Amino acid sequence: MAEQHPSHESGGSGWQPLARSVYSLTILGVVTVITAILLYIFAGGEDLIARLIPANSSFAGDIDFVILIIAGLVGFWFFASIFAFFALLYQSRRRPGHKPEYLGKHDHQLHTWISWPHWLVIACDLIIIVVAVKVWHQVKQVAPPADTVVRVTAQQWGWTFRHPGTDNKLDTADDIVTIDRLHVPVDKVVHFELQSKDVMHDFSVPVFRLKQDAVPGRTINGWFKPTKAGAFDIQCAEMCGIGHGLMPARIFVETPEQHAAFIEDSARNASVPGGQSIY
Amino acid sequence: MASHSIAAHGHSDSHGHHDAHHEEHWFLKYCWSTDHKMIAKQYLITGLFMALIGGFFAYVFRWQLAFPNQPVPFFGVVTPASYNMMITQHGTIMIFFVAMPVLLAAFGNYLIPLMVGADDMVFPRLNRASYQVFLISSIILIWSFFVPGGGFGGAWTAYPPLSAGSQFNLTPSGSTLWVVAVAVEFVAFLMGGINFIVTAMNARAPGMKFEDVPMAVWMIVIASVMFMMSVGPLIAGSVMLIMDQNFGTHFFDPRTGGDPVLWQHLFWFFGHPEVYVVLLPALGFLAEILPVFSRKKLFGYRTLLYSSIGTACLSFFVWAHHQFISGIDPRMANVFAATTVLISIPIAEIMFVFIATLYRSSIQFTVPMLWALSFVAEFLVGGVTGIFLGASGADIHFHDTYFVLAHFHYTFFPIAIIGSFAGLTYWFPKMFGRHLNEGLGKLHFWITIISFNFIWMPLFFTGIMGDHRRIYSFTNFPDLMTPDRILLREISSVATAIMGVAQILFFANFFWSMYKGRKAEDNPYGANTLEWRCPSPPPHGNFAVMPTVYRGPYEYSHPDRESDFWPQDEPPAGQGSVQPEGAH
Repeated sequence: MAEQHPSHESGGSGWQPLARSVYSLTILGVVTVITAILLYIFAGGEDLIARLIPANSSFAGDIDFVILIIAGLVGFWFFASIFAFFALLYQSRRRPGHKPEYLGKHDHQLHTWISWPHWLVIACDLIIIVVAVKVWHQVKQVAPPADTVVRVTAQQWGWTFRHPGTDNKLDTADDIVTIDRLHVPVDKVVHFELQSKDVMHDFSVPVFRLKQDAVPGRTINGWFKPTKAGAFDIQCAEMCGIGHGLMPARIFVETPEQHAAFIEDSARNASVPGGQSIY
Repeated sequence: MASHSIAAHGHSDSHGHHDAHHEEHWFLKYCWSTDHKMIAKQYLITGLFMALIGGFFAYVFRWQLAFPNQPVPFFGVVTPASYNMMITQHGTIMIFFVAMPVLLAAFGNYLIPLMVGADDMVFPRLNRASYQVFLISSIILIWSFFVPGGGFGGAWTAYPPLSAGSQFNLTPSGSTLWVVAVAVEFVAFLMGGINFIVTAMNARAPGMKFEDVPMAVWMIVIASVMFMMSVGPLIAGSVMLIMDQNFGTHFFDPRTGGDPVLWQHLFWFFGHPEVYVVLLPALGFLAEILPVFSRKKLFGYRTLLYSSIGTACLSFFVWAHHQFISGIDPRMANVFAATTVLISIPIAEIMFVFIATLYRSSIQFTVPMLWALSFVAEFLVGGVTGIFLGASGADIHFHDTYFVLAHFHYTFFPIAIIGSFAGLTYWFPKMFGRHLNEGLGKLHFWITIISFNFIWMPLFFTGIMGDHRRIYSFTNFPDLMTPDRILLREISSVATAIMGVAQILFFANFFWSMYKGRKAEDNPYGANTLEWRCPSPPPHGNFAVMPTVYRGPYEYSHPDRESDFWPQDEPPAGQGSVQPEGAH
């Protein structure tokens, strides 16, 4: 397309090679960067996010993958734009003998400056939308069959967790109710029923990549499947008043033996009367 | 007409003593003036004053986060209540009482009549009323900090039921005054917006066709239209919230059939277009500054215009991306993720237009140009990180973390702070008839930009690592108290303090140059637009001879001309005499 470009009054033929060199340098730079990023993601870099924060649920890896795909694609655009930007700043700095060029309205080559990036942006957008919606669907719209279920109730400023006890059913006599401590078995699909007693709260476990607002007057269902045993932070991630920062809880992901022991101990101690509604 | 006095001086006068020696009574001059330039300067000074409050709050709560539960220098110990109040008011002030009055109201008022070649706004008294109402709303907001119970602390998004019931938020008067202040302010900007639109449509100089209108005017007009179309639902929501707080209605109370999520829809239906309401004027300033200091025609006038209109339209269909995990039907997220990610197309084109304008130009790195260029570089970071949040799958992790904060500060800081500094340093000679100090300006620029990146780059990482927002102290969360996270927070907070101190340079430069700066010529930069064709500062009525427009605003370095600029109102060769520069 550059061949048909009519040369301009002031610039003469000088700007075509320059355009090509800026173009090719930019493309070379960004192709290198994107290749490096993609290589890193696909050749062992898939735990890039997990190095910053552990990925301890079945869908944490999928969400990290969305993040990394986006990082690769927008990283391309970011470095392309920044590279072109600083290259132009240097090339166009004011200096003796350098004359700015007048580019009129009807210069079709100019439009290639923005028309091909425009289509490339749309292509990247489509990839991002498809990947994001796929993972969203898998995490938030469908759930694998439940192995166990817990009820999470948020209030100003604490958490109440109702565990199903030995019969693995909620709202029966052997339910275990705890404050600010949630016990779940590892490698089992846990469904949760999320409720709030007063204002908006948010049940968030960063190492699971799990986050869901609790809305008063509703029960919101969700799920997670922990993959590593241990104790992790539960956060309230929605502003809920003065004690918002004082609402930490812990989730204890337990091996089958630990979890059985937890249920047994709780049944023996029975500090909270089982079966009685606490709402 | 006495046009050399400045609003800053007069503004403090207006609350003080009577000054009968003036040719015009101080009250008429400062409280009743209908001159668009006076009103613009009053908006500007009020906005800058509010920015100092908002900035001080930012310093206090950032310091608390890095060094939790120790007394903050110049403030004292931060309690959870005062922390919540400060983050809430920081957001409210910076968006509604700094970005809006400075970018939209101050520059809209100052530039539109001058740039379209009019002697004043079409409705000057409405314009005056707009500022008076805005001033009242600012006073209400500041008053709300001192009422019993303290200022509202339920986050600037004010989600009910927290914001609707004093049994939940514990600030019975503060929360009502906060809503009232915001609602009253919207009334002010509605009056201003009507003026901007009508003036730009009806008061243009003869010969100024739509494609001869400078981009800054276009952008402010598009922003005003967007504001008018989006603000209705929020004003309705605000009235409902005030009723819920004080008169026992239950619009947002789920126990009696109300729905708290309704507020979120009303708020974000306004809140998202609001981002573009403040973004567009800043882009308009860029479109003026980049061509002038690169001596090159703006690349793609139509592309920029249509992309901006496209962004404006699309921004009305993305609001629920703030609510992906808020309990709305999860299927809705798919639609809103798609519309949100698609907004990258017009925004990318706008960025391409600015970058392409620099191609084969002749760039002079003056202070306004440095601000304009830094806008492009910093806003790119904000733009690309937004994709992570618009993509529903990734937002599950990022929602309400410091990643979100870092993202929108990389958009709002370029908009509200860099955009304002770009506009202020560029139009300062026209506004006050004197030049700013260039060396001091560059020093201030570099300290501000470097410290800005040190504030927010680390917080992208703490956000990914799980720091959630609006937490007064992370000490209660064992997973968040690792040494690397603490170090990142400390870097950010120290940079905040440095940036705050650096602003002394700006204010010193601003007020010193206002009185003692080098006198400015009428057209110091060799710019084409009409505001540079009247005296600096322009008198009441602006132009000695009302201009006629012959060409577009960006004809720089035209090959047919000896001089590298071509003012819009200069008659073509052979058509009458050339108007001498600075004609009175």
